[in-house]
Amino acid sequence: MRSYQSGVNRALGLGSAKNGFIAWWRQRVSAVLLIPLLAWLGIGLALQAGADFESARAWVGSPINSVLMIATLAVLLFHTAVGLQVIIEDYVETEGLKAASIVLTHFVCFLLTIAGSLAVVRIALGS
Amino acid sequence: MAQFTLPANSRIRKGKVYDAAEGGGETRRVRIYRYDPDSGENPRMDTFILDAHRSGTMVLDVLLKIKDEIDPTLTFRRSCREGICGSCAMNIDGVNTLACTKELADISGDIKVYPLPHMKVVKDLVPDMSHFYAQYAGLEPWLKTQTPTPPDHERLQSRKEREALDGLYECILCACCSTSCPSYWWNSHRYLGPAALLQLYRWIADSRDEATEERLDLVNDAYRLFRCHTIMNCTATCPKGLNPGLAIAKVKRLLAEREV
Repeated sequence: MRSYQSGVNRALGLGSAKNGFIAWWRQRVSAVLLIPLLAWLGIGLALQAGADFESARAWVGSPINSVLMIATLAVLLFHTAVGLQVIIEDYVETEGLKAASIVLTHFVCFLLTIAGSLAVVRIALGS
Repeated sequence: MAQFTLPANSRIRKGKVYDAAEGGGETRRVRIYRYDPDSGENPRMDTFILDAHRSGTMVLDVLLKIKDEIDPTLTFRRSCREGICGSCAMNIDGVNTLACTKELADISGDIKVYPLPHMKVVKDLVPDMSHFYAQYAGLEPWLKTQTPTPPDHERLQSRKEREALDGLYECILCACCSTSCPSYWWNSHRYLGPAALLQLYRWIADSRDEATEERLDLVNDAYRLFRCHTIMNCTATCPKGLNPGLAIAKVKRLLAEREV
């Protein structure tokens, strides 16, 4: 059926959510944080090259390394979640499917953060 | 959701060939997208063969020659023929630009002319610009003030304040940038696109305008502004040499300054 809604009305839609900045900012901040964190992880793992299981385990379990490992996991998975959200917003047009995909993405990343952190904690505490 | 099959009447067929060369000398082949939605037929690419030395200087000259002398049904917009009205924006040789300022000498091989990408086609090279204009109108693109107009003079600007508008006021709203932007292709129902956002920044940058807060609020939205992923097709294609990508970055920066 023909719509008599004006073009401006259609273009304005539901208006501005007035919160677009924060997701954009978080994505950038997490990206910047990942630079030193991934550099630390890369160098740390490279230095463990050829090491035996016990020495690698001790490296992960040391106080500073375990904190940095959990921080890396958390920031990386947070960055993954907000990044995937942008891709979903770009390409998924169906509103319900879009909302469900975003919630699911964030939840899976959240679960992976918990699982990874728990693994590091268990190594650190030697259980 | 993404569509994997083309809607009806999307496939472009081979069209007619008009050989209008009068013999002798070099020829130029012009391939033009033709589509009449009312006919129910698919779009087609017509080929016009012209004498190179009689085709004129600019792409618009060729289009006018074809319309005048070969096929009067060829439909396109044009007005000023000097790059200031923005009417003849179209996709020429793979790039969005103005037919009136695109030189034939700059194109090697066939001259391929399509309407602006990803717009609804009214006929041939004429796209439906309604939504693009409505998005611009929705920005309330005029000077907004609380301070009353001085009774005896204009609202003054320093030379420096006026210079802040350089690179912004020259925009002619031809839509070359917005229709070159993949984000605008996928999400133009909510994303404002580079042209409208450059215009928004034009008013934010205006020292006389007193509605910066309102204007920033208007675009502080995941779709309206933040669908821009700095692809920069806008800046690469602008026939006026402007930089919409930079204007958008400045709006984002102002939002950051306000919030952080």
